[in-house]
Amino acid sequence: MSNQILLGTRKGTIIFDRKADGWKPRPIAHAGLSISYAARDPRDGTIWVAMDHAHWGPKLSRSRDDGASWENLTQIAYPKGARFIEQHLPTPGEDASTRPQSYKEASLLKVWVLAFGGKDQRGTIHAGTLPGGLFTSHDGGDTWELNRPLWNHESRGGDLFVGDATSRNDWGGTPAAMAYGEFVPGIHSIVVDPRDSNHIFVAVSCAGVLETKDGGKTWQGRNRGMLNDYLPNPEAEWGHDPHFVTQCTTQPDYLWQQNHTGVFMSENGAETWKRVSHPEVAVHFGFPIAVDERDGRRAWVVPAKGDDERMAVGGGLFVARTEDGGASWQTFRKGLPQEHAYDVVYRHALDARGDSVCFGSTTGNVYLSDDRGETWCCLGTHFPPVHSVRFA
Amino acid sequence: MPHVSFTRHLQRFFPNLTEGEVPGATVREVIDELERRHPGFASYVVDETGRLRRHVNIFVGDEPIFDRERLGDAVTSDDHVFILQALSGG
Repeated sequence: MSNQILLGTRKGTIIFDRKADGWKPRPIAHAGLSISYAARDPRDGTIWVAMDHAHWGPKLSRSRDDGASWENLTQIAYPKGARFIEQHLPTPGEDASTRPQSYKEASLLKVWVLAFGGKDQRGTIHAGTLPGGLFTSHDGGDTWELNRPLWNHESRGGDLFVGDATSRNDWGGTPAAMAYGEFVPGIHSIVVDPRDSNHIFVAVSCAGVLETKDGGKTWQGRNRGMLNDYLPNPEAEWGHDPHFVTQCTTQPDYLWQQNHTGVFMSENGAETWKRVSHPEVAVHFGFPIAVDERDGRRAWVVPAKGDDERMAVGGGLFVARTEDGGASWQTFRKGLPQEHAYDVVYRHALDARGDSVCFGSTTGNVYLSDDRGETWCCLGTHFPPVHSVRFA
Repeated sequence: MPHVSFTRHLQRFFPNLTEGEVPGATVREVIDELERRHPGFASYVVDETGRLRRHVNIFVGDEPIFDRERLGDAVTSDDHVFILQALSGG
């Protein structure tokens, strides 16, 4: 059981504490600043926040005293010479194949997600960014280094530090980057295998899932079984749009993926994926997904009407749960608004810990269940748009 | 030396930041000196490529700087430099 919840919101960081008389939010921290992600390092208790300054660039903030004070850190920065192949949104009437390939020097647009190394890697923290970088710190966040093997991966055109592309770029831009005026890829999911800290998955919008087994020295695509309904070849290796990928911590071969094209799961460490959407109960489109830390076959999603509307299905908010690896889904609505609800839940805004499940929406509503998602109580309805929810 | 003024919002992150004289023959040199005085300051104004951030403006006198890529605009000892945030957000 967790006694704390961290919210990253459009207007700051909100910490909920479980008190004798219920969950109580503290006064907002980082007031006025957009927080893209907030989480606690389970190894040393440090709370980490990724700030998405509109004016001053993305920055990290950390608290080593449970949120009493915050320390702003030097920003993560792309090294000189880090380039990427520019992507362009399709333009009506233009034949994109005739457009000359162009390169752009990378600068940090957003820290999208943070993940913590294993217990044997105290001080190791990973950050996924726009435009498509994985950064790692081995000194508790004081310095960060771009993972070059992933940045230089053959699926991105090869090593652009040394020259022009030597292979095709298969990493597409994500619409989530358009808020920053660019159409670039982003890394929003980082999964560190609790059995082996050098075994890491990342998920990229829009490319797919990649895996390293050697601490980031080499990377391989892990998208077999994925289906992309928007490509001529739905089984293409690249071009997938995972919205979020997560792993069961006690049964790490179970991985779950809420993708633009449905809910997918793997029982074999992402060797193969299978689609487990059930559109007849509206389990298909959405952004977040959470898996039970004790049972890799139990997972939760908060479906959205998509992808054309991206809001609660039929004006009623519900959570769907599977207990059998996606073979069947139950939907739960008790305690959630069932009319005139237009909430959508972002990819990092659902979390599960023990029997507790919590999510926050873009309309500033936060809901908690202590019975594995079957009934819900509202923790508040007037919060800023919620970007992330994490049990601490 | 050029006289430099700041949006008050930067004082939230650099409480000791005060307007005053800062040596430099270009806007870049002024920013470099401010970085020396207030470590981390430059990353709030320019990105890691040295480009002025999208929602930041620098004026020399009444004119916005021309070179947002390298901040090569010249400044003289009589100039007043303003480092401001663009109006945006909600």
